[in-house]
Amino acid sequence: MRNVKRRSAKALLLSAMLLALAGTAFAAPDEAQIERGHKVYDKWCFPCHGTGLGKPGTDSLKARGVNPAVLEERTDLSAAVIKLSVRHGVLFMPMFRKTEVSDADLDAITAYLMRNNKK
Amino acid sequence: MRTPPGVSASDFSAALAQFEKAVGKQWVFTRDEDVDLYRDSYSPYWHEPEERVVSAAVAPESVEQIQAVLRIANSYKIPLWTISTGRNLAYGGSAPVLSGSVVLDLKRMNKIIEVNEKNHYALVEPGVSYFDLYRYIQDHKLRVWIDPPDPGWGSPVGNSLERGGGRTPMRDHFAAVCGIEVVLANGEVIRTGMGALPNSKTWQQYKYGFGPYVDGMFSQSNFGVVTKMGIWLMPEPEAYRDGRVMVPKHDDLVPFVETLAYLMNSEIVRGTMLLESPVLSYRASKGEGILDKPGGPSVGELDKLAQDKNLPYWGAELRFWGPQNVIDAQWEYTQEKFSAIPGATFKEGRSYKFPVQLQENDTVTRVALGIPNLSVFGLISGTQGHMDFSPIIPMTGEAVFEVLKVFGAAYAEMGVEPKNQFFVLPWAFFPRAFVLLFGFPIEPDVEKNKRTREVFQKLVRVAAEHGWGEYRTHTTMMDTVANVYSYNNHALLRVHETIKDAVDPQGILSPGKSGIWPKHLRTKKA
Amino acid sequence: MNLPPGISEKDFSAAIEEWQDALGKDWVLTADADVALYRDAYSPVWNEPEEPIPSAAVAPDGVEQVQAVVRIANRYKVPLWTISTGKNLGYGGSAPLLGGSVILDLKRMDRVLEVNEKNHYALVEPGVSYFDLYRYIQERKLKVWIDPPDPGWGSPIGNSLERGGGYTPMHDHYDAVCGMEVVLPNGELMRTGMGALPAAKTWQQYKYGFGPYVQGMFSQSSLGIVTKMGVWLLPEPEAYVAGTVMCWKRDDLIPMMEAFANLVNSGTLRTTTTIASPLWFGLPDKELDPLRVSGAVKEMEEYGARKKIPYWTIPLPFYGPAKVVAAQWEHAKQKFSSIPGVTFEDGPSYRFPLSAQDLAKIRDTVPLGIPSLQIFSVISILGQQSEGHLGFSPIIPMTGEALLEALTLFDQVHRELGSGGGAFPVLSSFPRSLVIIYLLPVTRDVEKNRRTREVYRRLIKEAAARGWGEYRTHTTFMNDISDTYSFNDHALRRFHETVKDALDPNGILSPGKCGIWPRRMRKAQA
Repeated sequence: MRNVKRRSAKALLLSAMLLALAGTAFAAPDEAQIERGHKVYDKWCFPCHGTGLGKPGTDSLKARGVNPAVLEERTDLSAAVIKLSVRHGVLFMPMFRKTEVSDADLDAITAYLMRNNKK
Repeated sequence: MRTPPGVSASDFSAALAQFEKAVGKQWVFTRDEDVDLYRDSYSPYWHEPEERVVSAAVAPESVEQIQAVLRIANSYKIPLWTISTGRNLAYGGSAPVLSGSVVLDLKRMNKIIEVNEKNHYALVEPGVSYFDLYRYIQDHKLRVWIDPPDPGWGSPVGNSLERGGGRTPMRDHFAAVCGIEVVLANGEVIRTGMGALPNSKTWQQYKYGFGPYVDGMFSQSNFGVVTKMGIWLMPEPEAYRDGRVMVPKHDDLVPFVETLAYLMNSEIVRGTMLLESPVLSYRASKGEGILDKPGGPSVGELDKLAQDKNLPYWGAELRFWGPQNVIDAQWEYTQEKFSAIPGATFKEGRSYKFPVQLQENDTVTRVALGIPNLSVFGLISGTQGHMDFSPIIPMTGEAVFEVLKVFGAAYAEMGVEPKNQFFVLPWAFFPRAFVLLFGFPIEPDVEKNKRTREVFQKLVRVAAEHGWGEYRTHTTMMDTVANVYSYNNHALLRVHETIKDAVDPQGILSPGKSGIWPKHLRTKKA
Repeated sequence: MNLPPGISEKDFSAAIEEWQDALGKDWVLTADADVALYRDAYSPVWNEPEEPIPSAAVAPDGVEQVQAVVRIANRYKVPLWTISTGKNLGYGGSAPLLGGSVILDLKRMDRVLEVNEKNHYALVEPGVSYFDLYRYIQERKLKVWIDPPDPGWGSPIGNSLERGGGYTPMHDHYDAVCGMEVVLPNGELMRTGMGALPAAKTWQQYKYGFGPYVQGMFSQSSLGIVTKMGVWLLPEPEAYVAGTVMCWKRDDLIPMMEAFANLVNSGTLRTTTTIASPLWFGLPDKELDPLRVSGAVKEMEEYGARKKIPYWTIPLPFYGPAKVVAAQWEHAKQKFSSIPGVTFEDGPSYRFPLSAQDLAKIRDTVPLGIPSLQIFSVISILGQQSEGHLGFSPIIPMTGEALLEALTLFDQVHRELGSGGGAFPVLSSFPRSLVIIYLLPVTRDVEKNRRTREVYRRLIKEAAARGWGEYRTHTTFMNDISDTYSFNDHALRRFHETVKDALDPNGILSPGKCGIWPRRMRKAQA
């Protein structure tokens, strides 16, 4: 029993160190960041990209054969694509200003949308 | 002969001669007996040196003649005072703010240019009275209603520019204005809204036009002379009915007004209503006041009085216009809502189907049926006239309580008995707010009028201290009232003055109107 | 560095530095990437030399900072372009009219200052969106409705100042404005209406105040920066019921619009609806299309009768107590019943508040006071790859004759335009007229955009020739449309310019807005 515990503790420590190293290119998002991103997403993105009726972003993506059409369900979005879309617009989606979605907000949205991406 | 202030006798003679050339000799009035006709017959300064008098009057009959008159006035810096039908009694009548002005009397411009029965509007000149327009509509059997104020001899153009009110659903007169033509001080003619598009098909159908919406600038102001105005009319309704709602206790006023605000802001109850208090009216008939007197009876005592005399504390007559089935449903729903107040009672009123032929002795308020008349004068007895004090207060029961207490205390402090010709309880002439109409009696007695003016000015100050401002006022009180609108060092007045100086640099149009003076007559503000 | 026109690099740098001192470096945006965010995402001149790119953007957090920005702009004569939420897509978005202007972005001023549930109003800052206000109301369970436009991410202040419209009984957005606070071009702060009375209790209850009613001057204009605005809200109604009227012959439109005008102008029908022609402009149909092109009316009518496709449909929504709206729908049917062959269809009916489940079933929630972006789903029918749209919005009379004339014109132009869009809903957004919002597609293709602009300019001419003017337009066409309002040699514009020169002598606020240029830039426009 005691051995297992000691090994688990060691394993945990090892993973933590690995995670920390892996995080140098893009800071590993914490729960708080993802939660913030969810809030910002709900305010700025959901009315167009959410689920339910009358969501033109989702409708447009569906019409263009994108699957899943609901952004929050995607597991393959990259930070670059998210940021480009928000800052340059896509088709009838306009770009968003920093007084609407600040750079920090955008990082949070990105963290939120990438939360389920395969590592 | 009087001359306007700041104008030499020789200049004035020259101007008069040119006015005569422009409009015809018979339409320039200079003799005392003619010019006296322009005195304010309800003047609070009657027979005092400060009474506003007129040096002459000029009555043009066309836009071109007005342009000529303005050109002349500009050359000699003659102050003009524009009147439409000149029946603005209680607010100054036909007399100017600046004594010695020349009246620009537009009564002769009395054409009804169009009444459109399908899209329900009229286009009129300033000299048209409510009576004239009503007669025209009756003669042509058009199924539209006007919304006459009390009384009906005024001008739709004049009254709407003063932002007066009536009784039907079209009660907010300025809100019914759609498109105006204005002669500016420099003689240029503009048409606002869609009228700025030549051959416009929607001048009287869409208010705002393109770019800044400026119509409001010409209301209660002196930036131009309005020569045509579009007014929205109400399609003749199918039916009308009214009914009374009454509640038993003093404190019921709060839920009463809440319910009223809900019903009115939802357009379930429309038109103007007057708050009544049978128990306070009873006290008034016994020589007591309606305002709270310090040391007067308590709420409990008044409630008991009401109960003993079987008089409701508060009530109002509510009116409905429209299809029979709809107004029946609206009245039914109204009663349901008020029934939440314990002890609320209702009384069925009158009902009509249109067109209707009223009996001579039918006591319905005719203006509520779009019929202009002068019956309101029957309410006034024994005095020379009245001067209206008209503060806007919130549409809440609490505000009404505060008014009764605050004004009651003010009168007590002055040691004066309130003598108002009209109820001191509020009207709902305008959407979403209450307005009080205190009529101060004007009498042929210099001392009494002096006292009345003092009381008036005190009430203006007291009202302002409590966040209540007047919607309109008598010409002799315009500076007093303008002065309370002092936010940020009178910023709004300074904007008005900036515009005034730009559009009327010589300051010839109605100097002093709403406290706006041309540069050469402006004094430092406190 | 992109410089404002006529400003030296030295002066601009000085201005930038002073703005940085006043607002903090973070909120003065000069980097290309940041400034690019203010481009009009739906620009009809995207990437062309004509496209107006700002030189910088400043984002104040409150009134004092706005005043500081304005004072600095005055010092260096830098042109500003004010945006609230900057979502004016279809009419210019967040981009200025004059390239090189500095954007004054008010998005950070996003407080809901008050929502009053008893007297049904809100007081908001410019950066508040319809979504924000709706959320505020929902969180506090207040029983009031907002009136969102399509789409709902705009600003009540911005949209009301542009005089936009919505879909509930409060659909005329400018008409619901009650009281504003404005930073004037000289940096001074002013409040309109009752707000000019310090500590006013009725700022959001009575519109007009005392003296000239200047509020409208700040709509579709460049005379001041609105930093607070009162807006009237609808008390939550008990119910909603809708029904559709259908007529089967082309000329039925004439009696249809007569009945419609009566319902609107009598206050029975209180909101915006659309007048559609499934037979003429409906879904593509192999048999019908050639008839549509050749204008074979009789054959179309026969086809419509056979296939049960009405010529005209008008949905009629009613809001209020259940028994009242039922009566109103009954009455409406009666009004149309004299038209031979007219048929009716009952529509949805709701009781409020709706449950979450019921709400989830409704695609278009906007007529129920719930903001959404669903209109974009509808617009993307313009073309799957829609990159944006441009609005051409003439006001036409509320008559069948005018509507037939207008639809014939648009149909013709639309066919000439070829494939790629064009929907022209006919809406009764503003009393007492109709507005047609012809949506033209914008793309990233320079040639296509050039062609679209030609068509737009042609439409402006055709409409003006028929006496129809636009109520609002895209910044690209403001000069063109201002030119059509030419009554008496553009007298109204000259009046606007006089006022502009007086209030904004350095011409720093939104030059060119609605065709009004400051003096120093006017010659360049001639």
